[in-house]
Amino acid sequence: MDAAKDAGQAASDTSRAGAKRSAGAKSGGAAETHAPAPNAPQFTREEDLHAYHEMLLIRRFEEKAGQLYGMGLIGGFCHLYIGQEAVVIGMQMASVEGDQVITGYRDHGHMLACGMDPKGVMAELTGRRGGYSRGKGGSMHMFSREKQFFGGHGIVGAQVSLGTGLAFADAYRKNGNVSLTYMGDGAANQGQVYESFNMAQLWKLPVVYVIENNRYAMGTSVARASAQTDFSKRGISFGIPGEQVDGMDVRTVREAATRAIEHARSGQGPYILEMQTYRYRGHSMSDPAKYRTKDEVSKMREEHDPIEMVRKRLIEMHGVPEADLKATDAKVRETVNESAEFATHDPEPDPAELWTDILLEARA
Amino acid sequence: MATDILMPALSPTMEEGKLSKWLKKAGDPVKSGDVLAEIETDKATMEVEAIDEGVLAKILVEEGTEGVKVNTPIAIIAAEGEDVSAASAGGGTPKPEASAQPAPAPDMQAEGQAEKPAPSAKTGEDAPKAPAAPATITNKAPAPVMEEFPKGTEMVTTTVREALRDAMAEEMRRSDDVFVMGEEVAEYQGAYKITQGLLQEFGARRVVDTPITEHGFAGIGVGAAFTGLRPIVEFMTFNFAMQAIDHIINSAAKTLYMSGGQLGCPIVFRGPNGAAARVGAQHSHDYSAWYSNVPGLKVIAPYTASDAKGLLKAAIRDPNPVIFLENEILYGQSFPVPKLDDFVLPIGKARIHRTGKDVTIVSFSIGMTYALKAAQALAEEGIEAEVIDLRTLRPMDTDTVVESVKKTGRCVTVEEGFPQSGIGAEISARLMVDAFDYLDAPVLRVTGKDVPMPYAANLEKLALPNVAEVIEAVKAVCYR
Repeated sequence: MDAAKDAGQAASDTSRAGAKRSAGAKSGGAAETHAPAPNAPQFTREEDLHAYHEMLLIRRFEEKAGQLYGMGLIGGFCHLYIGQEAVVIGMQMASVEGDQVITGYRDHGHMLACGMDPKGVMAELTGRRGGYSRGKGGSMHMFSREKQFFGGHGIVGAQVSLGTGLAFADAYRKNGNVSLTYMGDGAANQGQVYESFNMAQLWKLPVVYVIENNRYAMGTSVARASAQTDFSKRGISFGIPGEQVDGMDVRTVREAATRAIEHARSGQGPYILEMQTYRYRGHSMSDPAKYRTKDEVSKMREEHDPIEMVRKRLIEMHGVPEADLKATDAKVRETVNESAEFATHDPEPDPAELWTDILLEARA
Repeated sequence: MATDILMPALSPTMEEGKLSKWLKKAGDPVKSGDVLAEIETDKATMEVEAIDEGVLAKILVEEGTEGVKVNTPIAIIAAEGEDVSAASAGGGTPKPEASAQPAPAPDMQAEGQAEKPAPSAKTGEDAPKAPAAPATITNKAPAPVMEEFPKGTEMVTTTVREALRDAMAEEMRRSDDVFVMGEEVAEYQGAYKITQGLLQEFGARRVVDTPITEHGFAGIGVGAAFTGLRPIVEFMTFNFAMQAIDHIINSAAKTLYMSGGQLGCPIVFRGPNGAAARVGAQHSHDYSAWYSNVPGLKVIAPYTASDAKGLLKAAIRDPNPVIFLENEILYGQSFPVPKLDDFVLPIGKARIHRTGKDVTIVSFSIGMTYALKAAQALAEEGIEAEVIDLRTLRPMDTDTVVESVKKTGRCVTVEEGFPQSGIGAEISARLMVDAFDYLDAPVLRVTGKDVPMPYAANLEKLALPNVAEVIEAVKAVCYR
């Protein structure tokens, strides 16, 4: 079965579950449906500028991480978010301070979107003392209490129960916060995801499950792994509404996110958003990329790049001078270069760190 | 032909119960399936059904009677037309004619009230009746070697079950952040009645019945703990925690380290661990050694009610994930518990339960019952054993063990878990390093046998350690 055929199959089922209010949530999936929808919700100039900057930061950061990995400065596993930037940025544009974010191991983009310092993230990738986990977590394990980012989890699907637990705590405290719990199309087949769906709906927990369907779980296409390739339907037996969303268009993402978050925050329980997206790079840095064609990847890059779409809008619709965008590009590059500089010069953790942070001291 | 109705055993560990109510009276006709009476144990209320048809000839145990031993005749059923007055207790065929149903029937994977037929039910009429052991073993207060509460503190006889419940209730009163979740913890009042009364006092927000989804609710508990709540996650047994062990190890134990100290996980996972009685291999596993292997966890396995209370309170207050291993057989046992407003014990401290100079016996949890009985028997033969209750398995209080072995020169470990890589193996290795020059004999381990737990009564007995094995091991290390 060739990859293009898989993609076609995955995309052929465009029916939506529970998308009663899905006027703006475009069914995507196939490359064709990623074309900017004529009736897509519009962004103001400022919103588009914000989205452009945020997505570009992730893109450039990840490119740099890829470079540093190639230079041997980043070890172990390194999963890049390139291509999927519109998902997390659109979600963040719809969330408010206090809402929690938790995801799997493809997590650098989520950290930056949460406002975590690129220096701290990059230094964690290089295993240095200035990293968010002081060099003890690595690419897959970073956290920020301050930014309400709860990881960074390496066991596929585990973050779904944990994220449901964050929502449980929100409901317990009645604090009005919502847990944004991300998973990939691969994690969506794990058993605990459905245990979590059941309890989240049973207890009406304020959680939005964001399934980032980038079409491949490592090298296995959705069609080869999933009996039901429409992930928005995965909550049907629990009565959880779901939508398929064009995850390459930050505007449709934000619109669907607003609806989903409102649903969760208002006490109606969980909501599922299937974000139809695409990763340009391999599963990890050691991906042989034998499972899809180069054409498939380049077609996505050329025709549906989430950042290019915004850039085009900024110039053509909002009349932003190219020079301004170039200035943004330069500023982002500088930020990223500074982070790389920091991450390559910051010392490794003190050997004594081996024995710290295993247990907390009990207070008397 | 008159038949006796015997007091049925409704759970693997039930030894006696209260005959709370007769639903039929003498002279009533009964047919198979009729509910004759209600009986009550410390765990649940259950109904006694008739199996034979006939007439309820005589009631032998009045309603309201407490402490009725399993297999005691409670009534006589006579055949239709039989001279009722001729029927007398013991005159009938002594077979357990009553079956009993837990009410409401727990439809679960396995349950505290897992029905166990009265001992002779399966083996036929002429099977010997198992002697009913004293139902509630009241353990004498050991001379406290280490003072853990002020002298003269009033002691209240309390079961381990009550002590655990009291500990949770006290901590829930103390902080709104503490809540308990698990299967049947609320409306059912706990599969083993550990959470009895908590729903009534704290409400459904804080006493949360979960569906049967260990993996999912363990993850939810850990996620809630990441935000600073203090969940007590009850596993109906630790066997089912195998479904959840990824969250216990990967999510709860490791996150503090992986986050560079940012994200603690103040959670307690508790429930019965190890063998109960006749529940087979999948419900009898002792996980003490497993969890004690993992950095980032604390592991507690108490024996006495006092330790259960003081250590569970400490566990709930601890900022780290704590595995609290209970034992079903011990739930009904009573011990003196100090009557104090806030009795909290330190985690990580062993207790010298009995002093002695000839040999050190190290154990924990139910292993202590073998150790203490062996020590008693050995004392009669002139061997004074010092018995150490580890209480906490991680961090392990090696110092107390080493100090004792320096005095005795000999050590025997006792546990129900498997021998390989067990707690005894760990103690043995530590003594080799820290007390090598003091050892007069190799450390011997008394453990569960290296087999999955069998069901048959005789095989199960063989699979578990026993007092004779402890005595034998002690004599071996004493060269006696």
